[in-house]
Amino acid sequence: MTLTTPPPPETIRIRPTRGWIALNLGDLWRYRELVYFLTWRDIKVRYKQTALGVGWAILTPLIQMIVFSVIFGNIARLDSEGFPYPIFTFVALLPWQLFAKAMSDAGRSLVSNRNMLTKVYFPRLVIPVSTLVSGLLDFAIAFVIMIGMMVYYKISPTPAFWTLPLFLLLALTTALGVGLWFSAMNVHYRDIGYVLPFLTEVWKYITPVAYSAQYVTGAWKFIYALNPMAGVVQGFRWAILGTDLGPDAALTIGISTAISIIVLISGLYYFRRMERTFADTV
Amino acid sequence: MNSNHTAIRVDGLCKEYRIGAAPEKYRTLRDSIAAALKAPFNRIRGQLPTANTRIWALQDVSFTVERGQVLGVIGRNGAGKSTLLKLLSRVTEPTRGEIEITGRVGSLLEVGTGFHPELTGRENIYLNGAILGMKRIEIEKKFDEIVDFSGVEQFIDTPVKRYSSGMYLRLAFAVAAHLEPEILVVDEVLAVGDAEFQRKCLGKMDDVAHEGRTVLFVSHNMSAILQLTQEAILLEKGRLVQRGPSTEVVDRYLSAGYSQSGVRMWEKDEIPADAAPFVPNALRVCNPQGTVVDTVRSTEPVTLEIEYSLDRPITGLRVGVYLMSMRGELIFTAFDTDSTELFEKHSERAAGRFISRCTIPADTLNEGRYAVGINASSFRVQRYFHDERALVFNVDSTGAPGMHWPEQRLGMVRPRLDWEIERI
Repeated sequence: MTLTTPPPPETIRIRPTRGWIALNLGDLWRYRELVYFLTWRDIKVRYKQTALGVGWAILTPLIQMIVFSVIFGNIARLDSEGFPYPIFTFVALLPWQLFAKAMSDAGRSLVSNRNMLTKVYFPRLVIPVSTLVSGLLDFAIAFVIMIGMMVYYKISPTPAFWTLPLFLLLALTTALGVGLWFSAMNVHYRDIGYVLPFLTEVWKYITPVAYSAQYVTGAWKFIYALNPMAGVVQGFRWAILGTDLGPDAALTIGISTAISIIVLISGLYYFRRMERTFADTV
Repeated sequence: MNSNHTAIRVDGLCKEYRIGAAPEKYRTLRDSIAAALKAPFNRIRGQLPTANTRIWALQDVSFTVERGQVLGVIGRNGAGKSTLLKLLSRVTEPTRGEIEITGRVGSLLEVGTGFHPELTGRENIYLNGAILGMKRIEIEKKFDEIVDFSGVEQFIDTPVKRYSSGMYLRLAFAVAAHLEPEILVVDEVLAVGDAEFQRKCLGKMDDVAHEGRTVLFVSHNMSAILQLTQEAILLEKGRLVQRGPSTEVVDRYLSAGYSQSGVRMWEKDEIPADAAPFVPNALRVCNPQGTVVDTVRSTEPVTLEIEYSLDRPITGLRVGVYLMSMRGELIFTAFDTDSTELFEKHSERAAGRFISRCTIPADTLNEGRYAVGINASSFRVQRYFHDERALVFNVDSTGAPGMHWPEQRLGMVRPRLDWEIERI
């Protein structure tokens, strides 16, 4: 039928792996189409049989913003560094929702795709990575709402706006790193499923989503920066609203970035190490 | 050996599983912490760490498969067949040993993997194809062929959750069958689907073999093994015990006395109190040599044996068997005192141990799996004991009438009838 001759079949060697192994990211690249299809499946399926459909992607951050605005903006009257409280918190919710969703989806991903794990070979990393990518759609929708709010509140972007992708990358790195740890642990310890919602909630309050990072002062700042999401949220506020980052900005964001990279790399190795027993235990 | 012609080389393959790590039994953090705390104490007490909870699913298995060869893999349940397939398809890692595979491995045990009920047939073809390792261009090229093979054209844009199970399976199989791997692994899927579809599957497998691809065919169906393969390997308790021409390997498999199966014993707590004075001891399926077996040949008589004891005499006792298909259709019921002669002779049965034995004549049952139940009662007086599915056995139809046609004969019986062809 076709004139092209098939490429000579490659030889695969299957043998037990011991100790620390190569990350083998090339294999992940070869399966990039699978990442695409799984992402596409997640997106297609997510709002099936819901009355509001994609509307949920708009409503979720909006409702969160309204709740925060009422409680922290109107009742507690937290300082929002001179900006209207709704947009002040919405800018923080943008990366936070992406992170929280990516972390909990990735954490559950291996267990919920267990029928694939036990039947077919593919680089297992494909699964948590694709949940991360599908979270980007919600982020994009929320981003459009944010631009609408900027127009409404007459806030014009500063040149720092272009650094936004870097902070987005930092959020994704953190989410993937944490997601890899939890997804691999969840295969062995289903406790993770119970820990995740609770952890997300606590994490949200140690991240300056509802309040200004200016409340954290002195040496606490550096301890606070150990939470990479604190760096991400401050970065988002700085890039979009032009808030003041304070004198130690470079150092705190540097700490956040370093922690985030450590979490990702350790997560990758932990995941690869646990990978060989996934099919037997999931 | 010229490695250019070797498709699969398996060398000293071992796989160890922990038993108790069954899918539904998760480890929890608490257990791990508790175990870690207890471990030092166990060592002090001289207990070894849990070495006895591990089993070897495969032990030192080595074989090679040449390119274009169709190799049958047979063995009883738990012999290690599925473990071997899982290792070959890289789902899980070997504990020891090594496999070398040249070419893409496709497996028909993966049918429908990743199918999502909310997605349409079309969407699932793309998704499933990608999961099985096909490139998008490849799927696009074969899309029409896949739809055609599955026979679900009209419903291709309907979510698969509205499909009947047959349609679902056909679509899933169609994708897997068009993967065109260099090495195809087929496992028992032929047991599902209707007869026409099964023929299609076997045909597809034959095509694959004729194209010079390598096929590993795993089945409990000995006649299918004999039809489709020249050579086979036999696995027993995780070890490769024989490799040779399929006829020889099948013969060994069928004639080996697998004593653990083909017999059913009743424990004390399985016998209800109102069964007294009847106590069932064992039910056995035996071949003509008197060996207890779990697979019998349809061309040989089969003996069913019920061993029981009576704590006190019973008047009018009848002990009998039900034979049922796996779907639960009753094929027959028979009692030991069905003949008037035996009925009169055993009108009262004394206390003691007994065996009631009957023989199903040769050329009665068709190939398949059958369930045997037992019943002990006094007609219109009392039913002492009954167990509808006491035991299951297989019938292999090798050598049965009409086996030269590679088709499935429907029906539960396969009698050897006296045919005559007469010109008039």
